[in-house]
Amino acid sequence: MKLECKHVWEHISEYIDARVDARLREEIEKHLEHCEICSAILDSTRNILVLTADNRTFELPLGYSERLHERLKVEIEKS
Amino acid sequence: MRTMEKNEAGLIARILAGEKELFHDLIRPYERMVYLTLFSIVKNEAEAEDAAQDAVISAYRHLASFRGEAKFSTWLTSIAVNEGRRRLRKAKGAAEESIEEKIEEQGGDYTPAPLTDWREIPLEALERKELREALRSAVAKLPDIYRQVFTLRDLEELNIEETAQALGIGVGVVKVRLHRARIMLQKLLVPFLKTTFPPQRRGLFGSAL
Repeated sequence: MKLECKHVWEHISEYIDARVDARLREEIEKHLEHCEICSAILDSTRNILVLTADNRTFELPLGYSERLHERLKVEIEKS
Repeated sequence: MRTMEKNEAGLIARILAGEKELFHDLIRPYERMVYLTLFSIVKNEAEAEDAAQDAVISAYRHLASFRGEAKFSTWLTSIAVNEGRRRLRKAKGAAEESIEEKIEEQGGDYTPAPLTDWREIPLEALERKELREALRSAVAKLPDIYRQVFTLRDLEELNIEETAQALGIGVGVVKVRLHRARIMLQKLLVPFLKTTFPPQRRGLFGSAL
């Protein structure tokens, strides 16, 4: 059975997480081989996830850690 | 991973036996996670920091109730989630939450933005500051329930089961929300990528001009 693009999109998230079964994975990969659109969608989504996990994208407030441990110290001392 | 959990269990036992100051070391690897969880819920830097401190203090006070059925990181994240939700409820009452649940049932159009003329964001583009900024604002635009799942799974890199456990929702719900969040982000970011990083022009048979 030939997969349609729309069907591939429905499974894109699970495909990225390697949560599709072997048969579906094979069908998706076959589709990706000849479909530029789906390949581009997959690549762009994956890259967005790479960027999301990059520590420089979501930064902590300056001094967050110091203030946290300072408060924790007070708590531990009084406990 | 195994050894880390073993060390953690050892640390926890020592803290409970009286070496309280070791809690600093126990929490250090997860400070970032606690903050990001709270930020995804309260959406304000100062409040997220304040709430993160409260969550960590609460984890310290309740450490004896951690039984090791879940991973420590999951247990801690669920404390952070509860702290965030408590603050939300205090701020706006329960009315708005029910509105959000409706988004879920409506379904809606979750199709990605098609890209026809280039295959991927070039790796060097990922190094650009503007792209990181665009991603942050796109994540901020997600509906709350999607942003929370996305934050735990893709930012904090919990797995799907841990995400479900920390948020107190089912695995199936996590998968649906995660899928929608990722597609929405792809859709929000592609127009930005297209204008900022125009495709390389290709000649016949895909060779670069």
